[in-house]
Amino acid sequence: MSEEMIKRAPETILEVKGIKKKFGETEVLKGIDFSVAKGEVVVIIGSSGSGKTTLLRCLNFLEFSDEGTISVNGEVLYDGLAEQTAKKKLKHNDKLLRVKRLHFGLVFQNFNLFPHKSVINNLTLAPTLQFKSDLRAAKKAEKEKARALKKASSAEEIAAAEAKYAANGKPDYRDVEEIKEKALSTLERVGLLEKKDNYPCELSGGQQQRVAIARALVMNPDILCFDEPTSALDPELTGEVLKVIRELKDSDTTMIVVTHEMEFARDVADKIIFMANGVIEEAGTPEEVFGNPKSEKTKAFLASRNK
Amino acid sequence: MFKALLFDLGSGFLVTCEIFALTLVIAIPLGLIVAFGSMSRFKPLKYFIRGFVWVIRGTPLMLQLLIVCYGPGLIGLFTVTEPMIAVIIAFSINYACYFSEIYRGGIESISRGQYEAGAVLGMSKGQTFFHVILPQVVKRIVPPMSNEIITLVKDTSLANTIAVIEIIRVAKNFTGTYAVNIIIPLLVAGIFYLVFVGLLTLLFGFIEKKMSYYKV
Ligand SMILES: Nc1ncnc2c1ncn2[C@@H]1O[C@H](COP(=O)(O)OP(=O)(O)OP(=O)(O)O)[C@@H](O)[C@H]1O
Ligand SMILES: [Mg+2]
Repeated sequence: MSEEMIKRAPETILEVKGIKKKFGETEVLKGIDFSVAKGEVVVIIGSSGSGKTTLLRCLNFLEFSDEGTISVNGEVLYDGLAEQTAKKKLKHNDKLLRVKRLHFGLVFQNFNLFPHKSVINNLTLAPTLQFKSDLRAAKKAEKEKARALKKASSAEEIAAAEAKYAANGKPDYRDVEEIKEKALSTLERVGLLEKKDNYPCELSGGQQQRVAIARALVMNPDILCFDEPTSALDPELTGEVLKVIRELKDSDTTMIVVTHEMEFARDVADKIIFMANGVIEEAGTPEEVFGNPKSEKTKAFLASRNK
Repeated sequence: MFKALLFDLGSGFLVTCEIFALTLVIAIPLGLIVAFGSMSRFKPLKYFIRGFVWVIRGTPLMLQLLIVCYGPGLIGLFTVTEPMIAVIIAFSINYACYFSEIYRGGIESISRGQYEAGAVLGMSKGQTFFHVILPQVVKRIVPPMSNEIITLVKDTSLANTIAVIEIIRVAKNFTGTYAVNIIIPLLVAGIFYLVFVGLLTLLFGFIEKKMSYYKV
């Protein structure tokens, strides 16, 4: 490998290894390995029941895989085997789970907006709650640090106290206003600024899904996942949602998109993953998978889609 | 004459209101605890609570009232000297059970997607419950809750069976002591109830309207 290539080799942001998941007796994921580079768009295709949704849910810790690891930026976030034997399970640790989940965002097929919150409040609710609890934690840490410093007599003890509480960082935002500004600019990005005070029930399906995308973006996820974002929409409304996803690609958002829209997949993907029966049957560039599929299953699937 | 009648009935009605208010203040939060119990993942607790709710909803409030009032005395524990306390205990437990079923129905009617949306946005279980689930539950349970609460207004009259001097008791006593047609105090007592229920109906209508800023 030449030096040039090493330099250009894109940075891996997500590494998934050996993910297995059973529901009762049925094995839905049978060992999934793939990686995603920073800024890359990976599109997952596959027939119904092949495990696409389950995979995204495992990445977002809505399900916990039985085996396999999930690493983001080189840090192992989750290890299925370790979780199984762990006394203190991640599943039951709200705080830790939050930190891990925030590496990912998930846009659902049926939006799941909060119906009782206006559009802007759908976007600000989670970051505001987070900000407030971070602020509380920071204040508490500050007090404890002051107490520790007062007690400390030697320079080492002072340094130790400084180090101990340095980790309790500050909240992500300056104040609630800043969250609102961020939410407004994100709404503008998906073209819905003028709907900020409307309620979800007053929007079309396509608009609701764009709000859901904006809501996920406000959390600044490292990797944004979409589970069939246009499947619940009337055909004439899919375009506006796909357009938003394309624009996200242009601004280098790392994304994993599960979709049945083959044309869109071909056009937006840097990498295609074809799943069948809980395994990755074939993966490659859109040209490779669509233009020259190797597996018989891929061929059959694509043929059924082109009918 | 009529003034004395109104005054006495009015003081009886205050006792009615007292039973009503205390029962609500206790039963509304207690019902939420019972609802959590009946949805618990810990099976023994869940079945125990569901069995208890079944018994309370399956037997007359009158019977429960008598048991709370005279039960401790009959099995030789202690005598209940203050019937009002027995009333509040029996009513609170009874209504908490009815409310719990309404809460449970409301909570279970919220889709799993709402919890998951909260989770993927990094919200804790508590934050999701109080900021996402509960406000939606409240909207859904206003109509059934208003029915129950209006029933409670009328159920308070059961208290007179264990000698609590609420408005019906006052009206009945009137018929013995005053030289008026015995029907009049009873009718006037009825009007007290009607007015009170009418006001509550207006209040609930107002609340429902306030909550109609979004549709489900
Ligand atoms: N919670 C669950 N309990 C039991 N079985 C489940 C559960 N979730 C998913 N499954 C099963 O796992 C399999 C894979 O489901 P999954 O939803 O991941 O498929 P999919 O590829 O997303 O399909 P689709 O294209 O229809 O969305 C299916 O057979 C499904 O019935
Ligand atoms: Mg799916």
